[in-house]
Amino acid sequence: MKYVDEFRDRDKAAALLHAIEAVTEEIRPAKALQIMEVCGGHTHAIFRYGIEAMLPDAVELVHGPGCPVCVLPMGRVDDCVAIATQPGVILVTFGDAMRVPGSQGSLMQAKANGADIRMVYSPTDALAIARNNPEREVVFFGLGFETTMPSTALTVLEAERDGISNFSVFCNHITIVPTLKTILDSPDLRIDGFVGPGHVSMVIGSAPYEFIARQYRKPLVISGFEPLDLLQSVWMVLRQIADGRAEIENQYARVVASGGNAAAQRAIDAVYEPREHFEWRGLGSIDHSGVRFREAYARFDAERRFVVPGVRVTDPAACQCGEVLKGALKPQQCRVFGTDCTPETPMGALMVSSEGACAAYYRYAAKTV
Amino acid sequence: MKTVTLSHGGGGKAMKDLIDVVFVSVFDNPLLAPLDDQARVPLASLAQYGDRLAFTTDSFVVDPLEFPGGDIGKLAVCGTINDLAVGGAIPLYLSCAAIIEEGLPFDLLERMARSMALAARDAGVDIVTGDTKVVQRGACDKLFLTTTGIGVIRGDVVLGAQYARPGDVVLVNGVLGDHGAAILAARGDLALDAPIDSDCAALHGLVETLLVAAPNTRFMRDATRGGVATVLNEIAHAAQCGIELSETAVPLREPVKAFCEILGLDPLYLANEGRLVAVVPPDEAARALAAMRGHPLGLGACRIGQIVERRPGLVVMHTVLGGDRIVDMLVGDQLPRIC
Amino acid sequence: MCLGIPAQIVCIDDADRMLATAEVGGVRRQVNIICIVDDHHPPESCVGDWVLLHVGFAMSRIDAAEAEATLGVLTELGEMAP
Repeated sequence: MKYVDEFRDRDKAAALLHAIEAVTEEIRPAKALQIMEVCGGHTHAIFRYGIEAMLPDAVELVHGPGCPVCVLPMGRVDDCVAIATQPGVILVTFGDAMRVPGSQGSLMQAKANGADIRMVYSPTDALAIARNNPEREVVFFGLGFETTMPSTALTVLEAERDGISNFSVFCNHITIVPTLKTILDSPDLRIDGFVGPGHVSMVIGSAPYEFIARQYRKPLVISGFEPLDLLQSVWMVLRQIADGRAEIENQYARVVASGGNAAAQRAIDAVYEPREHFEWRGLGSIDHSGVRFREAYARFDAERRFVVPGVRVTDPAACQCGEVLKGALKPQQCRVFGTDCTPETPMGALMVSSEGACAAYYRYAAKTV
Repeated sequence: MKTVTLSHGGGGKAMKDLIDVVFVSVFDNPLLAPLDDQARVPLASLAQYGDRLAFTTDSFVVDPLEFPGGDIGKLAVCGTINDLAVGGAIPLYLSCAAIIEEGLPFDLLERMARSMALAARDAGVDIVTGDTKVVQRGACDKLFLTTTGIGVIRGDVVLGAQYARPGDVVLVNGVLGDHGAAILAARGDLALDAPIDSDCAALHGLVETLLVAAPNTRFMRDATRGGVATVLNEIAHAAQCGIELSETAVPLREPVKAFCEILGLDPLYLANEGRLVAVVPPDEAARALAAMRGHPLGLGACRIGQIVERRPGLVVMHTVLGGDRIVDMLVGDQLPRIC
Repeated sequence: MCLGIPAQIVCIDDADRMLATAEVGGVRRQVNIICIVDDHHPPESCVGDWVLLHVGFAMSRIDAAEAEATLGVLTELGEMAP
């Protein structure tokens, strides 16, 4: 597959690992360097290729809050189930969201109990379901960072243009920058550099991260998703550390333009406005970290079309997701990891989705001798 | 359009007609013909094939009923034949129980029955008894089929996952994931146009060929729900050995690879309906591969890994990049993801 | 949320609605090309483009020169290392 296989080349990977070892030697860190990635896709790729184990011991990867499914609060899942179980509603969602447990069960369980819940690959397919079922109310469960915001927004714009009146979106889109700030402001933080989210950056460009370099003096390298991309990005972060630099660099230049994508940004701006704050499972409330529909698009806002409980549900007391998300704890250091909290019986955000750091760790690495 | 109604399940003339027209006329064999409550098979006729009866059952609830490369009828016949075949049994007879949802188009039911008959005939197996029920709308999803199969195992064939030992070689008979991908694509909700056909096929001929070339084969299993990854975990657990796979050796059709990349699926967990995993001793591996490759259902046969001593109970994949990752048991169904 | 794959635009289905067909490895899907179209690149010019496909939208035109450059840097890094 073009633009994929070339970036999985074993020989280049071996060479990159040598280069990483060399620059780590240069730095000679007193404690292991911690590089955080904030993207579920990066977490998945790191585990899929066993990258973490291939890096020198002095370089550790920390898996930040980059999985929008994992950080969905239980209360929002309950709201979504409440919408799905209303008569005549077809709830349409991405696959990832099906198994996230709310306080009364997941969407998967609601489906088993008779709710009409369907999985799609694209929000445009959800709109097609609305066109094909004019007598039903079709609600799309919109979630994701800035990567997915434009596709939801463009779908709403299409619905508006075509006068579709039975389509709405339960909007749970979140933004990356406030989250990064929360992590950087955290007192127990010890992150030496960041691998930046490649596809979020494809939309927003590189400028939004400048504050990380200027104010917090941490390097951030925007990375692609193939293993060579990740290895090169790790090397670039280490190179910056060795040079004493703190800059925003773009390893994924074949896809990411420094200004991001203008059409996508225009669509986001037209349709959404920031929420004052939004709740993140494991991290609590973060200011301006979520978006909702503007007044002009109120009729596409499922929260306004339907009555939802809107109850805030606290995470279980034993849950230490917040600390793991900030890099203060490793998954296996959480007191309930592998015991009360497993992929079959997930307690917290990071075990819930297969991209969550704990779930990925449990599945791919925990049993390694 | 003629549809199946509740009266077709009522036990009266309508039901008798349905059974005759749809099933008996196409299954058509001497053991079925008397239409007694049971098929009767002389024990002596079984004993000529071996010393153990193999007996298996499976239910088939696939959606959609018809998909590129097959349908529920073909699946119901091949699936049960394969469960017999991987035990080293010669498949002989099948039963067919159908639960039909009220309102199912009659011609669809006839098509499925014809498909079963064709698959059975091609496999040299007879469908000798059956049952039909019609349930009201909503009580089942269009058509559920259950097939039970009996076969006979030759005395010298001894197979079991627990016999796998370090040094043994893991083989598959061709590209993986076709069926699972074909079904997902055929469901339509993902709106992906994928040129992928199900690999649905009866494997008993291939198994016979394999066992002649590699008589000390330890174990075989067809890699259906949960894919090759699930079978390998079962073997690793039963034998208390480790299994090491090579990612570059895992054979995939290009569209299946692309389909999985688009949806974030791991092809090792996709269902296959014409693929088996075979564990053979190292000194018989070359002959086993050659024999499979000489058979129409084994043209793509290859070695994907080996049984090892270290990390007992674990299946580990050596990735294309050179690192290692664990191939764990699936928790629930694999779902397409966007992350 | 990040899952994107490089795919090639093989034909324009509806230039007004910005719909095209993209293909990768033989798998095809109708995609929205609004994010990769502008005054310099009208819909018709997208045929043959490799794009980053995410949830049914072509989100970025893949820059072949940049891809080559990245692979070139990777090769150099390899040659540099002891």
